[in-house]
Amino acid sequence: MNRNNDRTPIVGAETDVAPLGRDTPKPAHELTHDEDRDSVDWATVERSPAFAELLAAKRRFIVPATLFFVVYYFALPLAVGFLPELMSRRVAGVLNLAYVFALSQFVMAWTLAWLYVRAAARWDRMAAAIAAAAPRGTGD
Amino acid sequence: MSSTLAMFLGFVAVTLAVTWWSARRSSGASAYFAAGRRITGWQNGLAIAGDYMSAASFLGIAGMIAFHGFDGFMYSVGWLVAYLTVLLIVAEPLRNSGKYTMADVLAYRLSPRPVRAMAALSTLTVSTFYMIAQMVGAGSLVKLLLPGTSYEVAVSVVGALMIVYVVFGGMLATTWVQIIKAVLLMSGTLFLSGLVLAHFDFSFARFFAAIGSVTWTGADGLTVTRDFLQPGAMYQPPWGAIELLSLGLALIFGTAGLPHILVRFYTVPDAPTARTSVVWAMAIIGLFYVMTTFLGFGAATILTPANIAVENMSAPLLAEHLGGELFFAFISAVAFATILAVVAGLTISASTSFAHDFYTNVIHHGRERREGEEVRVARITALVVGALAIVLAIRLQSINVAFLVGLAFAVAASANLPVIVLSLFWRRFNTGGAVGGLAAGLASSIVLIVLSPSVMGTTPAALIQHAPLFPLKNPGIVSIPLGFLGAVLGTLLTRAQPDADAAFAELSVRANTGIGAERASAH
Repeated sequence: MNRNNDRTPIVGAETDVAPLGRDTPKPAHELTHDEDRDSVDWATVERSPAFAELLAAKRRFIVPATLFFVVYYFALPLAVGFLPELMSRRVAGVLNLAYVFALSQFVMAWTLAWLYVRAAARWDRMAAAIAAAAPRGTGD
Repeated sequence: MSSTLAMFLGFVAVTLAVTWWSARRSSGASAYFAAGRRITGWQNGLAIAGDYMSAASFLGIAGMIAFHGFDGFMYSVGWLVAYLTVLLIVAEPLRNSGKYTMADVLAYRLSPRPVRAMAALSTLTVSTFYMIAQMVGAGSLVKLLLPGTSYEVAVSVVGALMIVYVVFGGMLATTWVQIIKAVLLMSGTLFLSGLVLAHFDFSFARFFAAIGSVTWTGADGLTVTRDFLQPGAMYQPPWGAIELLSLGLALIFGTAGLPHILVRFYTVPDAPTARTSVVWAMAIIGLFYVMTTFLGFGAATILTPANIAVENMSAPLLAEHLGGELFFAFISAVAFATILAVVAGLTISASTSFAHDFYTNVIHHGRERREGEEVRVARITALVVGALAIVLAIRLQSINVAFLVGLAFAVAASANLPVIVLSLFWRRFNTGGAVGGLAAGLASSIVLIVLSPSVMGTTPAALIQHAPLFPLKNPGIVSIPLGFLGAVLGTLLTRAQPDADAAFAELSVRANTGIGAERASAH
């Protein structure tokens, strides 16, 4: 499919009528879905070692982090529900274990978000390298 | 004219000006549905917070803490932790591989028409139920905050404004309404928290000592002293813990499946900005929920439950007591702004899904017959959805609709999230699985809510006069596994799609690298 076929016919090369259309490829946001779909050879990228490395790096962080916050979060209602005596124990002044645990959830969420952003900056660089090296697709 | 009304009108004037400005500068589908994808990280973070923090969180959680102490606080924790699911699993792949709705992501790999039809149904269900709950809340709130205004007028005004924002201003106006609301809500809450701390001479030791022994005289004349940090006032064992667990599951898995939150990620230029915006949202939402404890505990210690007639009025009454009439007016206007921003977000996500998923892709096989048709259909849908919500909210005014919020989260967690996650990460996943998961999650959530104590009961307020057949108000603990089960069974019982490997390769590369992602519009 020729993306530059929208040029008006140039009637007489010496006229001062500028051709519409353009010589450069369309910018990415103007591609139609069908043009976009074939722009990259997806299967080759997916099989490349760089892509496998990116997925492995993401998995190494995201899987344990998700398991951790799910367990940490659900420990709160479970502990409060099934160990009420322990959780009511005061640790400092009137502050009890339950309150400190609940408050720590906020610190946990913010810390994990910060760690994620740090790790993701590295993945962004890996993804950019993969995108730059991605082979063109079969469709033109 | 009361100062509450004046402040409310001020907010309306500013937001209408924003709508007029948005309507003038935006044209085209990506401008209407996704604000041209040019919202910055901090702006989108504020807008997510504005989209998410409903009047139920602002007035409801403060009231719960004022009456039930620690258990109300424990309830609020999940609303923040839920954003870790959004940040770690959903936001970036969704931004990289979609266009306007969550169904775009599913449509890459799966047969688009059945999947989009089911996803649109689920989106419309979540949005409409959530919207009705918000509008009924708005109507009851106005009766308390602006005596003399009728319920019908309040609901119609809220409905009409949200229609105007969405129909004329699209996503750009909706975004700015949400940003303005988030700023107002945060400044009101900050100032009120400051007043509470000032009341205790900025001494946390004195504040917490007061929370440790709240004393008041109940209606029966008995003086009660209670430690408000003690758990167990609301959630008693053994069902209490399971109820809270079930609610937690719906929050943790449901927030990442709420259509009006997911559409926000299409308004930013790329996946790294989507990530930044979730972090901003987490900072704002977390700070807000920490401060609600100051509001709730402040109301408990300074006003005591004996002086608060209605639980939801705890925060506004505290504002009146500490900051005078003008601050009460400000906090009341903030409550209106809160509702308006949330319902506008719900309306645009519902109309986007109907126009993009159902009208264009299901009925017309993905082709616009005329330029701009999709936007026009979305505008008409917003009008219809808004009008329908006004009528339903007026009809349902005497019914306690709080369960509709639980239902919205349950459907999002049980129907939307399993399908989004499996479609991103499971190679074998197919159309049968997506339809099975969406159907099982949607049906089980609705059926279990209908059988729960929220709908069935022997008190006169109950919708169905019968002892509840399901013990929990939040069905998540049962319906989420059913949603996943439906998706897995649907996949294994139907044949693998012939081009499954190629389609999964495309989605995986797009989602993880951002190659070919929708860009910001150039103008």
